[in-house]
Parts: sequence; structure tokens; C-alpha cells
Amino acid sequence: MSILHLVNKSPYERSSLTTAVDYVLPSDTLLLLEDGVYAAVKGGKAASLLAGKKVSVLGPDLAARGISQEKLVDGVTVVDYAGFVDLVEATDKSQSWL
Amino acid sequence: MSEIKKFMYVNRRPPYGTIYAWESLEVVLIGAAFEQDVSLAFVDDGVFQLVKGQDTAGIEMKNFSPTYAALGDYEVNKIYVEKESLDERGLSLDDLQHLVWEDEDDDWAEKDSIRLVSRAELAQVFAGQDVLFNF
Repeated sequence: MSILHLVNKSPYERSSLTTAVDYVLPSDTLLLLEDGVYAAVKGGKAASLLAGKKVSVLGPDLAARGISQEKLVDGVTVVDYAGFVDLVEATDKSQSWL
Repeated sequence: MSEIKKFMYVNRRPPYGTIYAWESLEVVLIGAAFEQDVSLAFVDDGVFQLVKGQDTAGIEMKNFSPTYAALGDYEVNKIYVEKESLDERGLSLDDLQHLVWEDEDDDWAEKDSIRLVSRAELAQVFAGQDVLFNF
């Protein structure tokens, strides 16, 4: 069984990501979207929370916020909306950490 | 008529996730039109508002970031960005828009609007204001 964990809040404003990462199992995927994408900025304090996790980031939300691919931590995958759908399909269920 | 007051708008939210950033910008422009002494501070996630290269086509929202470049024309040229907030988020001044204003007392020379300050320095700037608005 696998879970897609969705985080849409900035890690610097809410505890959603800090809490969520402790529940992400090796078989799970973490998807960062909306203000959640700020967690994937290289050099940011929150980036260390993603270590060892399977992490995807929603591309259109990165572009809207001016965060280019080069600014991201290594090991994260950028997906578009179709990729978002693929992740939902590939996992058994999802959990939104609002 | 009335005396000029020092208004400071303190921006602490990222753009797009909520309406705060845009609403703040609207209020700033209205305040500037009333010829008050307006300055802006960007702290916490507010520093993300000024990140350059924003492209909102993919999320079907209005990209309001070009409006920051117009602030200079409204004589809003004191824009304080807190260094600690940038550092914590993996950002530097180079990641932000280059905001300028033209100084009519200096042959319209183009000058930087952004002042990079420490948290302690910004506290002193707050102390010198008449009115503070937090968005």
C-alpha cells in the first residue's frame, strides 16, 4: 500500500511539512504544490526535511513563484498536471496535509 | 492640510497561495496616492513576493509581480528586505527583482529602492514609523 502525501503550505509558515515527513514511508511519495514548493529551494532551512524521501514538485507552481529548476535541491522530480494525475493513479490513496 | 505620516507596510506572506500579498500591494498604491511617506518591509515568506522571473501562466492566476517595479513612480522607494529571512529560505538579493526609482533632486538619477537590512536594523526602522500595517 502506498500513499501520496500532498503539502500545499509554506514550511516557513505552517507545520504541515514538518509533521507530514514523519509519516512518509519508503513506498510513499510526497508531492509539494502551491506554497509547499518553497520547501524544495536549495539552501533553504526546510530542504533538509526532504532528505531520503521520494519527492515530486508541481512545475506550474514553481514557475508562478519564479523558482527555476536550478534552485531546487537534488533528487526532487518536477511534474506537470498530467504527472500529478499519474502520481494519484500510481498510489493507493492520498492524504492532504492542509 | 493634514501632516504627512510615515506608513510602513510589513509583508510576511508568499504570493499566490493567499490573497494577502496582492491586497497589500493594492493598499500600498492607494496610500501612496494620498501622498503619505510610504515604505515597505519584506520579512518571513514575504521575501518570496519579490523573487524575479515569476510566470503564472500555468496556474491561471494574474502575475502581479511586475507591479512592484512601478512603486518607484509612486515615490515608494524605501523597500526594506530582511537578510535573515532571505538566508533561511535559500535566497539572496540576486534572486529578487532589481527595483529602482528616479531621484528628481539628482538629475533623475536611477537609484536602488531595495535596502537589505538585518532583523535588528529593521526593528529600528519600525521604531521610526508612525503607522504599521502587517499583511
